[in-house]
Amino acid sequence: MAELPFWAECLITFFLILGGSFALIGSLGLARLPDFMTRLHAPTKNTTLGVGGVVLASITYFSASSGVLSMHELLIACFLFLTAPISAHLLAKAALHLELRTVSATQDLRSHPGPFSSAENPDVSTESADNESAPEVKSNNQS
Amino acid sequence: MLTFAMQAAFLLFSIALLLNVWRLVKGPSTPDRILALDTIYINSLALLLLLGIWHSSTFYFEAALLIAMLGFIGTVVAAKFLLRGDIIE
Repeated sequence: MAELPFWAECLITFFLILGGSFALIGSLGLARLPDFMTRLHAPTKNTTLGVGGVVLASITYFSASSGVLSMHELLIACFLFLTAPISAHLLAKAALHLELRTVSATQDLRSHPGPFSSAENPDVSTESADNESAPEVKSNNQS
Repeated sequence: MLTFAMQAAFLLFSIALLLNVWRLVKGPSTPDRILALDTIYINSLALLLLLGIWHSSTFYFEAALLIAMLGFIGTVVAAKFLLRGDIIE
């Protein structure tokens, strides 16, 4: 790597750490979240922002090292910003078509929800209401 | 400072790629695997850009742009195949 002025190194470091953190958080969400709709939510935004951070770092590096403003990396960022919502939309349509199983906190707002959607699963609040009435049975002590 | 930041960024993106590969292997449904592949190509594109900074070379951008286009087409084709059972109707 070339020798750069101090402000350029600070800027590049900031963008690199920002982009890397975004990408790691998005991939962590892809690995950890419970069902497909929540997993779709995490990486489609965060990896785009991660690549955006790396692209900004690259623009700063090549502009500062050559002295000429180099903007052709911005083409990749523009392309990803255009295509990431389209692929996410198509994947969500495919998941709705396949009737994937969802956790009960994921809302299904269609007019005719599928067999595994959250409308037909037992709600969490009724289970907790059943558990609250249980301790009264235990209070019958024999004397 | 710049060398340390580059190494940290390489490390972060590599951990992200490993998590994506884990989801690709484990993923219970087919859309999960397509989503993992989509995230893998975006992360490897970022790694190529980082390699371009590391070697001070502009030759990596064309490869990154090519990966972006072909990866998007692959994701759209796989999702469309799941949706319709056919790619070109």
